Amino acid sequence: MVGELLIENVVKKFDSVTALNGLDLKVKSGSFVSLIGPSGCGKSTLLRIIGGLDKATSGKVYLDDNEITGPGSDRGFAFQASNLFAWLTVEQNIAFGLKARHIYEEHKDDVQEYIKMAGLVGFEKSYPHQLSGGMQQRASLARALVGHPSVLLLDEPLGALDAFTRMKLQDDILDIWKKNNMTMIMVTHDVDEAIYMSDQVVVMSSRPSKIEEIIDIDLPRPRARAQDTFGEYRTRILNVLDLGGKVSDVEYYL
Amino acid sequence: MREKLLKILKLILPYIAIAVSILVYYKVGDNGKQKQMAHPYYIYFITLIGVLLLIAQIVSIFYSDIRDKVEYKTPFYTGVIVFLLVLNTITTKTTLHPTLYFPSLDRVIGLLVESRAFLFKNVLDSLKLLLTGFLWGGSVGFFTGVALGHSKKVAYWLTPVTKVIGPIPTTAWIPLALSVFATTHSANVFLIAFAVWFPVTLMTSSGIQSIANVNFEVARTLGASTIYQIVHVAIPAAMPSIFLGLFYGTVSSFATLMAVEMNGNSSGIGWYISWQKSVMLYDGVYAGLIIIAAICSLTLTLLFKVRDKVLVWQKGVIKW
Repeated sequence: MVGELLIENVVKKFDSVTALNGLDLKVKSGSFVSLIGPSGCGKSTLLRIIGGLDKATSGKVYLDDNEITGPGSDRGFAFQASNLFAWLTVEQNIAFGLKARHIYEEHKDDVQEYIKMAGLVGFEKSYPHQLSGGMQQRASLARALVGHPSVLLLDEPLGALDAFTRMKLQDDILDIWKKNNMTMIMVTHDVDEAIYMSDQVVVMSSRPSKIEEIIDIDLPRPRARAQDTFGEYRTRILNVLDLGGKVSDVEYYL
Repeated sequence: MREKLLKILKLILPYIAIAVSILVYYKVGDNGKQKQMAHPYYIYFITLIGVLLLIAQIVSIFYSDIRDKVEYKTPFYTGVIVFLLVLNTITTKTTLHPTLYFPSLDRVIGLLVESRAFLFKNVLDSLKLLLTGFLWGGSVGFFTGVALGHSKKVAYWLTPVTKVIGPIPTTAWIPLALSVFATTHSANVFLIAFAVWFPVTLMTSSGIQSIANVNFEVARTLGASTIYQIVHVAIPAAMPSIFLGLFYGTVSSFATLMAVEMNGNSSGIGWYISWQKSVMLYDGVYAGLIIIAAICSLTLTLLFKVRDKVLVWQKGVIKW
C-alpha cells in the first residue's frame, strides 16, 4: 500500500506570525482524513506543505518514507475554486498533467476514462466558461486524479458550490476514493461534511495553532446523511472547537 | 402598406442617388479649373458601386441569410454616393476653394487607376518594410515581455530601461537611427520595430504579471516544469493582453512607417505622398491617403481575425 503520510514537528512561520507550531500527524494509507478548524488555524497551510506548494520553516513531511520537497505527481491537489485553465478545453485540461510530464501518449485512455468518470462525456471540447460550477469542479478533480496520485489533497473543494451539487460531489469523491484505494486529506469548514466523509477528523485550533483532537469516525459506509449518530460526533467536534453552545466569553459579535 | 413602400424606397434610393449624380456630372456646368481626364472615372466608380449593390440585392432575394445584412447596409451606400456627389459638385462645379488642393474625384480615382503599377510597387515596398519591422519588433517585444513578466530579476534590471526608453516617440529616434545604421533601410526597420516593441513588451509583461498565482500552483501540482508553465500557462493566459499590445503596436507602426518614408526614403506610399505634395500634385496626395487607409484597415481586420481565432476560449465577444 502506498499513500502513507508522516508529518513530523512541522513549523511554518510567515514573518513573525506562526501559522503552524510543531505539528505531528500520521495519516494511514488509504484513509480519508478531514482537517477542520477555525479560519487561521493553519489547516490550509498544512495541506499546502504536504502538497509541496509551501515549504515548512522546520520539520519534515514524508510520503511513503520519501521526504516531500516540492510538488509531485504522487500528490494530487484540488483547489477551492476549480481553477480550470480557461484557454484549454475540458479534455485538454484533464490531459494537462500527463502532457506536462510527457507521458500523455501512453495514458491517452486514462483521459477518456476520467472524462467518463466525471460525467463530462459530450463536453470534451467545451471551454470551462461553458460548464456549470459542479461540472467545473468535477473536471478539476478529474485533472488532479488522472495521473493516479497516491494522495489527493482537497482544499475546501466544494466550498463554492450550492448545497445539492455539494452533496452530489461529496458522494462522487467518496466513490473515487473507494475505487482508487487512495489516501485523501480534505480541508473543510463544514462539520457535517467532515463526519460524512472521513475516517478521521483532525480538529485544529488557532493561536497557538495546534491539533486539539483527532476523532475517529467509526460509522459503517456507505453512510446516511440523516444519521442520529452524526449528532454525537458533531457535539464532540463542536465542543473541541469551543462552539458547543455555551454563551460565555463572547469576545466579539460579528 | 406604408412600411412596405418605405422599405422599397430604401432599397432603390442608392440608384436614384446615382442617377442624380450622373445628371449633375453631365448637365451642370463645370468650373473649368480641373484637369480633364481621359475617362469619367468618378462615374465609373459610382456605377460600379451600384452594380455591386444590385447584384447583392438580387442574390439576397434567393438567400435569406444575407437579406437582412444587405438591407441594413443599403442606406450606408446611399450615403456614400450622396457624399461623393457633394464632393464632386464642390470640386468641379463651384469656385469656392483653391482647386489645387481639392482635385476632382475623376482625377483622384483616375490616378489610382492609371498609375496602378507604380502605386502597387510602392505599396509592396511599404508593406515589406512594415512587415519586416513588425516581425522584429513583435517577436523581440514578445520575448522581452515574457522575460519581464516571468522573472523578477529580469524585471528588476529591465523595467526601468523599458519605462524610460519605451515611451520616447519613435520619430525622435529618426536622426540617431539614420546615422547609426549603415543603410536607410535597416534604420527604418529598426524604427518600426521599436514602435511595435514597446507596446508588445509592456502588454505581454503586464498580462503575465496579472495572472492569478493559483494557475501556476495548479500547473506545479500537475508536474509542469518552469518552461512548461511559461509556454502553457503564462503565455496563453496573457494572450488577450498580448493582442492588445499587438494592436497598439500595429497602430504606432503605421505612424512610424509614414514618418520614416516621408523622411529620406525613396520609395513607399509615405514617400509617394510627400513627393506628390512637393510637386504640387494633390490628386496623388489623396490617392496615397486612400491607399494608406485601405492598408491600415485591412491590416487591423486581419489582426482581429487572427485574434478571434486564437481567443475562442474567451467568454463572450470583445467589441472593437
